[in-house]
Amino acid sequence: MGQSSHLIWHQETSVQGMDAILLPGGFSYGDYLRTGSIARFSPIMEAVIQFANQGGLVLGICNGFQILLETGLLPGAMLRNTELSFICKETYIRVENANTPFTKSCEVGKVLKLPIAHADGNYFTNPVDLSALQANAQIVFRYCDRDGIVTPSSNPNGSIDNIAGIQNAQGNVLGLMPHPERCAEPIFSNQDGRLIFESMLTSLIGQIPLPAK
Amino acid sequence: MKAKIYITLKNGIHDPQGRAIQQSLQTLGFEGVQDVRMGKFLEVDLQEMKKDSAEKTINTMCQKLLANTVIEDFRYEIIEN
Repeated sequence: MGQSSHLIWHQETSVQGMDAILLPGGFSYGDYLRTGSIARFSPIMEAVIQFANQGGLVLGICNGFQILLETGLLPGAMLRNTELSFICKETYIRVENANTPFTKSCEVGKVLKLPIAHADGNYFTNPVDLSALQANAQIVFRYCDRDGIVTPSSNPNGSIDNIAGIQNAQGNVLGLMPHPERCAEPIFSNQDGRLIFESMLTSLIGQIPLPAK
Repeated sequence: MKAKIYITLKNGIHDPQGRAIQQSLQTLGFEGVQDVRMGKFLEVDLQEMKKDSAEKTINTMCQKLLANTVIEDFRYEIIEN
């Protein structure tokens, strides 16, 4: 997308100079205790939390989403998939809120085809927090069928309210289980994931000087 | 001294692993198994300290890392040598 990126090692302690932070999936810490629970205490996370609290854009994908839940930057927790299996397949998700830095290149109701690959993607939160998520339009993506209808059978992992992705109340931190980065390159026939990165870029333009392409 | 820590899913939270185990027990012919809940058990060796400060330490460990109180409850026993 013509932007420069920098890989930050978990042992580092600064995110200085970054315009946005992406926490990828990958389970490099294993899933001891719970998914993301050990990674949440890696040295870099203090800086990530501070960056998020200052309004910086943070996107957590898959294990990155689970880490964000463990930090408390996003509410709720992950349970084992209802069917107990690791699920690796393409899913459809519906954009429920297009007024976010992560979805502004979409419109509400837009259906994205994105792959999932996880064993613990069964999002759970208590009824009070769920009501707050619903009331504040913090549910950004829901699993749906290919026509954009949110149905129980299109929910791959048992997530409460078909939730595939949520944002924080301030709207600068998003976590989602599907993988937009796995379908964002021109070599793939499906590039739906690109819309999320384009949205982030669009929302950053104007706020910060971007390098010339 | 030792701490024995038990972490379990909160009541009302679906436990698919427990359910699979329950079904397996039924398949094996164990009748009357009404429910199985699966949890975690941890044993932590601690240097000697007063029992109440050990309890405080273990409680903080559970809150901070060992349990996720959104979905899990924890309890512990401190065993003095």
